[in-house]
Amino acid sequence: MNFATLKLSLILLGLSWLLKFQAWRHPEFRARLKERNLTAQFMARDEEAGRWFTFRDGQITSGFGVRKDADVTVAFKNAALGAQLLMPPINWLDQINAQKEFSLTVTGEEDLTNWFAQTVMMGQSVGFKFGTNIPDGSTRYCNMTNGGPVFVYVKDGKIVRMTPIDFDATDPQPWTIEARGMKLTPPRKTTLAPHGQNAKSIVYSPDRLLYPMKRVDFDPNGARNPQNRGKSGYVRISWDEALSLVSTEIKRQKKTHGPGAIAVSHGSHHTWGNIGYYLSALFRFSNAIGMTRVHHNPDSWEGWYWGAVHHWGYTLRVGQSETYGTVEDCLQNCDMIVFWAADPETTSGSYGAQEGTVRRQWLKDPKLGIKIVHVDPYYNASAQFLPGKWFAPKPTTSPAMAMAIANVWIKEGLYDKEYVKTHTVGFDKWAAYLTGDEDGVPKTPEWQEKETGVPAKDVRALAREWGRKRVYLAPGGWGNGHGGACRNQTGIQWARVMVCLTAMQGLGKPGVNMGNLQWGCPLDFQFYFPGYSEGGMSGDLENTAMPVALYQRMPQLPTMNSSFQKIPRIFMPEAIFDGKAEGYPWVGKSIEHQFAKFSYPAPGHSPVKMLYKYGGSILSTMNNSNRHVRMYQSENLECVVNQSIWFEGEAKFADIVLPACTNFERVDISEWAGLGGYGHHGQQQLNHRVILLQSKAIEPLGESKSDFWIFNEICKRMGLANYFSEGVNEIDWVKRVFLASDLPKVISWRKFLKKGYYVVPAEKEKLRAPVSFRWFWEGRKKDVPEAQPLPSDYSGEYLRGLQTQSGKIEFECNSLKRFKDPERPPIVKYEPSWEGPHSPEFKQFPLQLLTPHSKYSFHTQGDGKSSFINNIADHRVKIGDWYYWVLRLNAEDAAARGIKKNDLVKIYNERGAVICAALPTQRLPRSVCHGYESSAIYAPMGEPGKSVDRGGCLNLLTPHKTQTKSTHSLAGAQSIVQVELWDGRIEHMSETFAAMEKDKEIKRTLQEAQLVPAK
Amino acid sequence: MKKWNMIIDVAECTNCNLCTLATMDEYVGNDWPGVAAPMPRHGHQWINILQKERGQVPMIDIAYVPTMCNQCDNAPCMKADKTGAIGKRDDGIVIIDPVKAKGHKELVDACPYGHIWWNEELQLPQAWPFDAHLLDQGWQQTRGHQACPTGAMRAIKVEDDEMARTARDQGLEVMRPELGAKPRVYYRNLWRFTKCFIGGSVSAEANGVIDCVEGAAVRLLKDGAPVAETKTDNYGDFKFDKLNENSGRYGVEISTQGRKKTVEATLGVSINLGEIKL
Repeated sequence: MNFATLKLSLILLGLSWLLKFQAWRHPEFRARLKERNLTAQFMARDEEAGRWFTFRDGQITSGFGVRKDADVTVAFKNAALGAQLLMPPINWLDQINAQKEFSLTVTGEEDLTNWFAQTVMMGQSVGFKFGTNIPDGSTRYCNMTNGGPVFVYVKDGKIVRMTPIDFDATDPQPWTIEARGMKLTPPRKTTLAPHGQNAKSIVYSPDRLLYPMKRVDFDPNGARNPQNRGKSGYVRISWDEALSLVSTEIKRQKKTHGPGAIAVSHGSHHTWGNIGYYLSALFRFSNAIGMTRVHHNPDSWEGWYWGAVHHWGYTLRVGQSETYGTVEDCLQNCDMIVFWAADPETTSGSYGAQEGTVRRQWLKDPKLGIKIVHVDPYYNASAQFLPGKWFAPKPTTSPAMAMAIANVWIKEGLYDKEYVKTHTVGFDKWAAYLTGDEDGVPKTPEWQEKETGVPAKDVRALAREWGRKRVYLAPGGWGNGHGGACRNQTGIQWARVMVCLTAMQGLGKPGVNMGNLQWGCPLDFQFYFPGYSEGGMSGDLENTAMPVALYQRMPQLPTMNSSFQKIPRIFMPEAIFDGKAEGYPWVGKSIEHQFAKFSYPAPGHSPVKMLYKYGGSILSTMNNSNRHVRMYQSENLECVVNQSIWFEGEAKFADIVLPACTNFERVDISEWAGLGGYGHHGQQQLNHRVILLQSKAIEPLGESKSDFWIFNEICKRMGLANYFSEGVNEIDWVKRVFLASDLPKVISWRKFLKKGYYVVPAEKEKLRAPVSFRWFWEGRKKDVPEAQPLPSDYSGEYLRGLQTQSGKIEFECNSLKRFKDPERPPIVKYEPSWEGPHSPEFKQFPLQLLTPHSKYSFHTQGDGKSSFINNIADHRVKIGDWYYWVLRLNAEDAAARGIKKNDLVKIYNERGAVICAALPTQRLPRSVCHGYESSAIYAPMGEPGKSVDRGGCLNLLTPHKTQTKSTHSLAGAQSIVQVELWDGRIEHMSETFAAMEKDKEIKRTLQEAQLVPAK
Repeated sequence: MKKWNMIIDVAECTNCNLCTLATMDEYVGNDWPGVAAPMPRHGHQWINILQKERGQVPMIDIAYVPTMCNQCDNAPCMKADKTGAIGKRDDGIVIIDPVKAKGHKELVDACPYGHIWWNEELQLPQAWPFDAHLLDQGWQQTRGHQACPTGAMRAIKVEDDEMARTARDQGLEVMRPELGAKPRVYYRNLWRFTKCFIGGSVSAEANGVIDCVEGAAVRLLKDGAPVAETKTDNYGDFKFDKLNENSGRYGVEISTQGRKKTVEATLGVSINLGEIKL
């Protein structure tokens, strides 16, 4: 026996002792060992040295040598490699390399090999101690919601409470900003968004899926009855049956139809974590099985991606700008903030809880002397909190108001002419349009009044004040874009003109920038922890931000989807029921990627015949969603699987339902607002960087399981489990993320498990990130900590200038001169919305409906589910036995219709009808109404698509047409509708279903006449 | 003896409902013997946020007022209670004993503030017990206080005379003081909820262009006598606030550069007079 075989033998002997010891020590490990009877062995292939382990009814026996009858063999090329790979601590790069080189191989049945590998790994993790014991007998864990981090107090296997985190004495002190004689510092605690504080109620929700189910009239070997989706009931089945059904169908689809037959679709968000997240486990799974990708539109960024990028670049921020240092600069130097379609008090910066609220509250101190203006058709929550002049332009018209402001600046010389000369190109062209030299129509305040309804005198007064002050322009919830007006029909114009306004005022000068204190906190951005969009365990280098940093730090098997077929998400229903769709891609690499039109079906691919859907949000988050109802009932979809936590939305349209558990019932790891990728340094929204070990607080409810477990079990039945899991468990992946980050430098794994969180100390004052765009204004090389744009996208010297062809802010966009698009001319022009006051249908549907994000729920998360949030009267109102969605109407519009508070009203257009509880208000101008989108409940009162909904899915009414023809951009944040007192009738034929009935009728007629439709 | 009080700043409440949600989180599904039986999942608002919109588009504001069991020192519910179920602790907190109060629906009507809630399932009157079980474990704040991002809700434990001094110095108010219930829940800036305003926007035409008039002197007249004065801002806007609702007729007199105009208004609730063209 040479030294290497001796070493390997000793390690394997040690392993056998460890497994036996852990079985003696931990009942859960004993239970694990009882799951399978088998003999497994490790061996060195050349020396034929090794050790076998027999598991029989929970007992382990082990011996030296190699057995011919072993069920599982883990083989190393030689003993030296075996010893190297098995010697703790595990070197994951060596492991991965050995697998790729086939010097580490596994043979045996997939179920057994995967069980053995994960059992060996569990031998290490089974003793981990999570959480902190509390004197009252409970244990305090940490976890992370989409609305902020929580302490989770657990007693007797039940979650008692969830609270924000008050920092302890050992946590670091926060930053301080000195501004105008004040010392401003945030409190030493975390905050929560309402949907975060709501989390306990959605864990213990009566709508939880507790076991797998099959639709009663779905027979995979006989009649599948797709037309009954959404109508017929479900029957409980075992996990074994469910997994077998799904894996058999996946294989059948591929064998029968060929590549592309299976589409995988997910929402834009998920329960928080770096392992369980859709960009992580789901992407690894879907790449492993191969799929048609449902290509997302940039749904919160639309106008910025399709519009603003042409003026200033920033494609890797989806058209939104850098934001570093802006909290400090704003507090120190700015005189006025213009919130333009910006409501951070409602949207919490997506994941930023109420952190920005704490900072914006400082603005209320007159000592800072910062004035505030709000431009929004709705007197939003931020306007309520931060007093200032309110401008209420009609929805979709505010680009005209912005142009009138620029017109006044030109006329009265109230812009930075020198900056425009040195830092921009094409201004003369735009100025000619604004003054009317181009088309004879000066874009004056009087001109805009006809469109916006905002008095010309007010716009002129604003333009004058703005032109004389140092102003932070804050478009959208993040203050540099995101949400707001970029999601309606004129969103592209709006985002474009916002950039042009800041350019005229000298973007980057002290006190002149974009922001509303939501982003730009002075934190430590060098401390590395991956953001969720870095893809966790996905191995996906193409569709996540993994190549940027995580792949180097957390070696893992790369995964790639073998199919290039994709469906533009907005047209998913048409792709299914019409069999074709066209779209434009969201790719951040360059400005020009967005021009590369793609078509479905892709050449040589099967059309989609099976849909694997993650969650149930689509019916209320996509536009004109009766189309999706129709899609689900299409015979073109042979099988629909839905993996969901709650039985809601389109989960009720699946053939097979797989119950997933929440993030409180599995382990994960993450950073608060750690987005990565397109939301690089999203932690800038926070007052403190907080990284958490998301402990499993309770056992999964019912038979629900973690997504990781579900995918791995399906993979087992396809021989893919060791590829999917890399033979390790969720906790091992969590530890791999920990090791990939900078955490091990500052906290031990054991302490991190126990305490559950780590607060990254605030950056030293002299090391704080520079102010965004200051480098641009001062003509220096870019010095903010973001490695973008890509080096090849600089037209001059690397790091000098912007991503545009000229390197400057382009009023006249070179990219739009190269790509001719009549709807996006090189300079931004005002074109009224194709759905709005100019529409011929406005006579019939004379109200403009705004459908922004909810203040209380996070998309569909937090709503429905019998959650606490339903008790909030501004969210839902209980009338009779039902919690109705709230619809806000201008008080006079309501009075004119005889509508009073809490009357049930029918809001409708040709696309659909929804029953809501009315709330007359002065927060809206005449002819505008307002209801949140993203109700979790879809509740047609009769047949789906042919009746009114009382769940509150206002997106049944919104248009799915893209903002412009050559963009894949949602436009549905505004629509035209009528509202009337509900007469109790439930029938309402949607145009989608009317069209379907007509198609059927035509087909029937042709069949009867024995004709074949013309091709 | 230090006792618990609550101070709520109406001007800082954003209606985020974190206090109401945190309170549901604490009581729904949890039994705290001696303090509170489980709160039902729906139907109770142990912390209930009232709201008031003032004015008309586009000059409006909105105030939110979190209300809860007032922990009254002269509690009407205790007076009405014949069962001995309602008690006041030494630290000022009022507790409805979840065992003794069972079946006594009449106690719901005993609270003039509407903050005793009937739990149908448990046949129990319930109110928010100031998170007494947590304070007894050493918590320094209530759940609502902890969850409040703006500091609009603060629970403080001080001597009664210190609280009285604070209330006097800072102009704090209690709800419906005329009842004599002596609430321990105090409000700052309650005028945002109880008072009203008269506002408007002044404009003038020059060379065919209408513009906002900045710096115009505006006087509020009551019975012909000036009661307040202000100047218009750069949007021509002016506002007289903290007026009593239903306080009758007022005159608004605007003067600038030799021009003068008076507008009459009858004040019921807050009124935006809109554009006043000189």
